[in-house]
Amino acid sequence: MKILVIEDEPEMQQNMVQSLKQEQYLVETAATFDEALEKISLYGYDCILLDITLSGGSGLQLLEELKNQQKTEGVIIVSAKDSLDDRITGLELGADDYLPKPFHMAELHARVKSVLRRRKFDGSNLHQLQNLQIDLDKHLVWVNGQELVLNRKEFDILLYLVTNKDRLVSKTALAEHVWGDYIDQADNYEFIYSQIKNLRKKLKDHAAQVEIQAIYGIGYKLVTP
Amino acid sequence: MKLLNHATSYLAGILLVVISVWAALFYVNMLDEIYDSMDDGLENQKILVMQKAARDSTILQQTEFEEGYYKFREVPLAVARQQKDLYQDTLMYMQNEKDFEPVRLLTTVFRHQGKFYELRLITSMVEEDDLIEDLFYSLLGLYVGLIASILLLNNLLLKRIWRPFYQLLQRLRQFRLEDPQPIAVEETNIDEFRLLNQTVEKLLQSNISTYNSQKAFIENASHELQTPLAISLNKLELLAESNNLQEAQLEQIGTVMQSLERLTRLNKSLLLLSKIENRQFAAEEPVNFQTLLEHIISDFSDQCHFRNLTVTLEGEEAPQVTMNPDLAMMLSLNLFKNAMVHNVNGGSIKVLLTATSFTIENLGKDTPLHPEKLFNRFYKEDTSGASTGLGLAIAKAICDLYGFQISYDYQQKHILRVQFRPSV
Repeated sequence: MKILVIEDEPEMQQNMVQSLKQEQYLVETAATFDEALEKISLYGYDCILLDITLSGGSGLQLLEELKNQQKTEGVIIVSAKDSLDDRITGLELGADDYLPKPFHMAELHARVKSVLRRRKFDGSNLHQLQNLQIDLDKHLVWVNGQELVLNRKEFDILLYLVTNKDRLVSKTALAEHVWGDYIDQADNYEFIYSQIKNLRKKLKDHAAQVEIQAIYGIGYKLVTP
Repeated sequence: MKLLNHATSYLAGILLVVISVWAALFYVNMLDEIYDSMDDGLENQKILVMQKAARDSTILQQTEFEEGYYKFREVPLAVARQQKDLYQDTLMYMQNEKDFEPVRLLTTVFRHQGKFYELRLITSMVEEDDLIEDLFYSLLGLYVGLIASILLLNNLLLKRIWRPFYQLLQRLRQFRLEDPQPIAVEETNIDEFRLLNQTVEKLLQSNISTYNSQKAFIENASHELQTPLAISLNKLELLAESNNLQEAQLEQIGTVMQSLERLTRLNKSLLLLSKIENRQFAAEEPVNFQTLLEHIISDFSDQCHFRNLTVTLEGEEAPQVTMNPDLAMMLSLNLFKNAMVHNVNGGSIKVLLTATSFTIENLGKDTPLHPEKLFNRFYKEDTSGASTGLGLAIAKAICDLYGFQISYDYQQKHILRVQFRPSV
């Protein structure tokens, strides 16, 4: 999978590249408008992470360029300007998603994977991890072919953790992803724990070959033996 | 009252006084002139009658007015000596009018063939009451006519002259800082109006530019803050993922991440607050608070369940309020979160909706909160770590924007009420 990160802030770019490389993606970067324009014109990518404020031009212009060149890359706008206008314009110009900064790496991975999935694997939306099988469309989970009955929240948590397999997912990232952005000012995320506890129990009862580890003070990590 | 009519009402009062004074002066002067001219006429007649008497002494026998305008009476010398020409007003019975009418009477004495005769001459006079009546009606007509012409002038001429002024008023009334529309000002050659237009134009331009620069500053400041926050947060996430960390170190990283996340929330809330105050949420549509709150309650059901909070939603009638849907969401959300965060475990939240208000009651600390300070930015009763202290400030800002009344009350429960419009 080839991913292009268009981001003018060097540290931000480095963070994204480092994190994406851990997922075994082939990552390329562009820091300016011209550099980005050159790369998208010359090469094809599976997914493009696009910052709107670039030196030399706007990311929205690059979107228009992609549209003109009839390229079908999946584009996720990554912007510090959480502006409704930009979001609407971006999505109208063919972007697949809009992720306001600051974001959690777990969320970035989830969005990238979702875009890649939509672009590449049309039809079968089955996800296999060890003896765990997840149907993304029907929201069903099987362990060794036996159905694991989960409620909506438990399913969302499991899917998010599976998407970020072997990575640390912070409680905030999990809460915002599963319960929505508005959850943010909630006093604490302890309520997540009760859901995790139920999920763990169900996974264990069905002898699933995945385990949810708690990372003290930060969040959770799904690991496979 | 309109400016033009206001001026007219003063003018009407002043005109009344001026016309009355003028009428009195005119009447006195005119009467004086009439007397003068009548007396001259009588004097002339006196000479004519005396000449006639010199020619024909028979007329000296006429001792009553009857068909004539003069009469004679012989007087002794002693009386004649004292007698001078005397003009007086008197009444005389008029056959045609069948009434006593005022007449002017000249009494004089002359000598004819050694005898003294007193001659009385009369001439009919103006009837003062009729004169006054005529004068009054014509002046009343004049007054009404004047006022009518002034009103007519105001409505046609002055209105045209004042048109730039009214256009400016109209323009100012429609002016909205968040959405400035350039409106062409009508050219005028009246200096005052031109100056007014220029001054207002300048004032508006400076307001617009201040507003825009403030808007841009807040957006840029928030943008510039988000980037370093994003970098720091992501670096910490990457750091926490490296496998060689001990639990104590992870915990510290977790604490720093939480602080940075809080900073992010604070930044977002401040940005939201200034956007509300700058009226940057323009689009409005009817919002149903019943649906909105049902949605929020279901979103937060896990959290409420975790803390054993009983949530009830009662509504006699779903309030329909025309406002920006995002702000309606923010308002309900902030009040609900406030009721949830400051609740006690196992407590309750009661949401009450009427056609004109939205009330939310929650259990919490046993003491009432400060009803004024409560809505201040960064006001916190307890130093609860996660709260930004901006939630109620945002709710207040939204209420202020739409003219809703937000109030706090304590009756064993903390009660926050938003009154959308005065209840009937």
